[in-house]
Amino acid sequence: MRTFYKISLLFVILVLAVSVAGCRPAASTGPVTIHVLTMDQAGLKPAEIDQIARDFEAANPDIKVVMEYVGYDFLHDKIVTGMAAKPPAYDAAMIDVIWPDEFIKSEYLLDVTSRVTPEMKSGIFPAAWNGVTRGGKVYGMPWLMDVKYFMYNKDILQKAGLNAPPKTWEELADQAKAIKDQGLVEYPITWSWNQKEGVVCDFTVLLFGNGGAFLDDSGKPVFNNEKGVQVLEWMKKTVDDGLTNPSAVSSDEMAVEADFLAGKSAFAVNWLFQYSDSNDPSKSQVVGQVAFAPMPVFAAGAQAGIKGSSVDGSSSFAIMSTSPYADQTWKFLTYLTSHEVQTKFSAEMLPMWQNDFEGDNLAKLQAANPSNPVTIPAFMAQFPYAYERPTVPYYNEASAALQLAIQEALTGIKTPKQALDDAAAKWVQLAGQ
Amino acid sequence: MRTRKFFGRLGLFLLTIPVLLFIFLPVLWLFSASLSTQVDLFSVPPHWIPQHPTLQNYLDIIFPSLAASSVPRTFAVALVNSIKIASAVTFACILLGSLAAYALVRIPFKHNRAIQIGILGTRMIPEVSLVIPLFILASTLELINKPIVLIIAYMSFALPYAIWMMAAFFQTVPVELEEAARLDGCTRLGILRRVVIPISIPGMISTAMFVFLLAWDEFFYALIFTSTLAAKTAPVAIAEFVGRYAVNITGMMAGGILAALPPVILGLIFQRYIVSGMTAGAVKG
Amino acid sequence: MATLTKSLPRRRLSLRQQDARVGWLLIVPSLVVILGVTLWPILTTLFLSFYNAPAGLNQVQTFVGLGNYLALVRDQTFWETIGRTLYFTVVSVGLELALGMAVAQLIHSRPWGWKFLRISLIIPWAVPTIVNGAMWRWIYSADFGALNGLLMQLGLIDHYIPWLTLPDMAMNLIILADVWHIMPFVALILQAALATLPAELDEAAAVDGANALQRFWHIRLPLLRPAILVALIVRTVDAFRVFDIAYIITSGGPAFKTVTITYLTYLNTFSYGKQGTGAALSFMISIFTIAMAFAYIRFLYRPEET
Repeated sequence: MRTFYKISLLFVILVLAVSVAGCRPAASTGPVTIHVLTMDQAGLKPAEIDQIARDFEAANPDIKVVMEYVGYDFLHDKIVTGMAAKPPAYDAAMIDVIWPDEFIKSEYLLDVTSRVTPEMKSGIFPAAWNGVTRGGKVYGMPWLMDVKYFMYNKDILQKAGLNAPPKTWEELADQAKAIKDQGLVEYPITWSWNQKEGVVCDFTVLLFGNGGAFLDDSGKPVFNNEKGVQVLEWMKKTVDDGLTNPSAVSSDEMAVEADFLAGKSAFAVNWLFQYSDSNDPSKSQVVGQVAFAPMPVFAAGAQAGIKGSSVDGSSSFAIMSTSPYADQTWKFLTYLTSHEVQTKFSAEMLPMWQNDFEGDNLAKLQAANPSNPVTIPAFMAQFPYAYERPTVPYYNEASAALQLAIQEALTGIKTPKQALDDAAAKWVQLAGQ
Repeated sequence: MRTRKFFGRLGLFLLTIPVLLFIFLPVLWLFSASLSTQVDLFSVPPHWIPQHPTLQNYLDIIFPSLAASSVPRTFAVALVNSIKIASAVTFACILLGSLAAYALVRIPFKHNRAIQIGILGTRMIPEVSLVIPLFILASTLELINKPIVLIIAYMSFALPYAIWMMAAFFQTVPVELEEAARLDGCTRLGILRRVVIPISIPGMISTAMFVFLLAWDEFFYALIFTSTLAAKTAPVAIAEFVGRYAVNITGMMAGGILAALPPVILGLIFQRYIVSGMTAGAVKG
Repeated sequence: MATLTKSLPRRRLSLRQQDARVGWLLIVPSLVVILGVTLWPILTTLFLSFYNAPAGLNQVQTFVGLGNYLALVRDQTFWETIGRTLYFTVVSVGLELALGMAVAQLIHSRPWGWKFLRISLIIPWAVPTIVNGAMWRWIYSADFGALNGLLMQLGLIDHYIPWLTLPDMAMNLIILADVWHIMPFVALILQAALATLPAELDEAAAVDGANALQRFWHIRLPLLRPAILVALIVRTVDAFRVFDIAYIITSGGPAFKTVTITYLTYLNTFSYGKQGTGAALSFMISIFTIAMAFAYIRFLYRPEET
């Protein structure tokens, strides 16, 4: 009896002791430890980023870098939670291109305008700075540029007697119909229209390709004007006509790739990863059959002067505003995103430094990876036309409203006009809060 | 009469078949998927048995150095973390919970009812709301990314269940036995140790199983409180097979089978006790 | 003996005191852990629910009193979400109870291989929720899923159906995944309870001429009431708070049709940065779950039968 009581008391003390042991007064001297949060599977593999961190530590013995990895879906949540603590759980974090406005309003990001050197400014593609620049101020370092590409299956098109990929979405629908009628493929087009950010990405591509926009100059939503409604009606029509796979409404980008690489669709809009996967025999049944083409636009958009349209899906690194180690963190970030490091890993991801795409460097870049000779021209051709999604601090909730609207229209719950009008009304309400 | 009985028994047996199918078909499909390559999985009609079965998905996880991607490599570590954390939570909950349950059941308290309701009431608020204040708390104590933070956090919601369940089991122990022990000169704790617990072993094992599964299963706290390998758990690791745009689906299926194994093995070992243990608790409510 | 009589009066008094002291000692560690961890977060959340509290640093937090709660009550989305969640809870728990009872009865009547059946029940229950969700999401896949494949091979459909895109089907599919996962647990509880029922009552009723259904309804069911109550309360509280499985299988779609009330709380707190609303939502959730638990206890708990 006494021993039992003693044991349990001991246990409670043990638990408290262990937890208190976690408390250590912050060391005033000695190496500084910075925590950096990033995404798994964002360009480089965690093992590679770890290697970069080790190299940095070797060159900077007074800075220790602890990298933490999390899946994309929860990156935002971890940043928000991490910033609730003092000091913040992370000194730097990777941010998606749609988050700066929200994070700046929440005062999470450190203004690094004065730290950016002219070489960085001019050396990196101007478009790459879009993800971190607001109101003339810079809030982070770019990392990975990615846009959505239009890919098609050469073999299927050939079998259908089509000798060129479509230039307009209307042409695409015609080609898809031809392919379907010939019985080559049941649903020639596949999209990622499920209730996640992906559907807004696709909608962005189509909307700007029709000469439309999300907001007008005064910040009022205009995606529900006739151009936007036309886009949504076109989307629905392709499903109703059996050209777009009806599973698109529950598909994400992975499902798009699965379809495309199984040879079940002839056209697929997706991020860059889909191309290299298409030549991987353990994943793809269409090795060597995939090609890029410039993203089509709508006939009306072409007439209005729109030459190309895609959506920016880049990621950057930002320093958290309450980090006590801003200088050390900046040092690490500039190393991570430096020309040397990016060039070293150019087999895994395309660098964002312009001179990598010129002269001898270009040849080296092309040799780095068997896909590069194809992906580099595609990248150079497409990214100048990458549009941004609305840069408003309430973007997450606005996007959710738009996702809902598109889904309601596609499932027939509301007409496209009604759905978009309701979403626009919600955006106005959000802007007013 | 005998033939009627035979057909009766045959009928009953035939009824078990749909139940068994219901239980096993999804699991067998999961298992089959874990032995497939991505090409095999994305085929129409589905290859119920993979045409090119491969152990590669499992090998990537079990023998990390061979892995092309690092997500499988870290999975094994996460699995071990889960085992450690769930075991610690179970042990602590049984220990503390049995003490508290006994007190609530046998010792007249002024505020007995209030405590019972209060204990269960903490379970009503969803974790998503508690997580940010908890994170601030844990961060102040510098417990982030350490297994102990999860152990304590899980105890906070597993203990109420453990107490509630064990209280029910303890209630079924005949009071006379306890009184006899008292007359023999035992203290309260002695009664607990010598009389109540030995009789309630089945109940305690079933509570332990329940708590283990509760801790094993938990996702959101683990996600927010940990991201380094020091404390990452299996559910979080499984969620990581879902990349930004691509899902390593065959790897995830293999990881899923592996993550389901420890609880299933434990369940099989102790299933006798689970069932008999649930008896007492269930009938008494 | 002499020591006993000498110390009896003193011992009786101090036994109660000793009892109380020991009692508190036994309870305190558990209370410390439970309250130590949850008290401050719960109070903070309650506090936050009375404010308009945008996420972020240095944000202005305005006191709105019951404003958040009123806004929720006036919001159609809130009630639709509650409705969806109640639908999920009622159907899910109902199916688990009904099927669980049926399976429990089946095992109880000891058909051939009943031991194997009972052992197998552990498997779905032990599969982690994340894995369960991922598995069912794959089974429901429109282009490659096993459900489509199976139905096609059985000749029940002539083309693949995009199950998860059907607004009215999606929630039912999530319910199926949840029932598969949880029904075994319920079956095991009920089967164990059945095993302790005195067989004589049943046999006596049979002799009196009651058929199987009457015996079940009038004899077994009332005796099983406490077990059913336990299963109901535990499952209802958990089902109403469902989040993980809906997130994994459908991400709340299509068109918001599988967003549950906890999911909505998550969206408000983490995605939209509306911590005040999120806090108010979580207390609304607890109000509902407490009400349901009370309702069960009030209507089902009969102390004289335990």
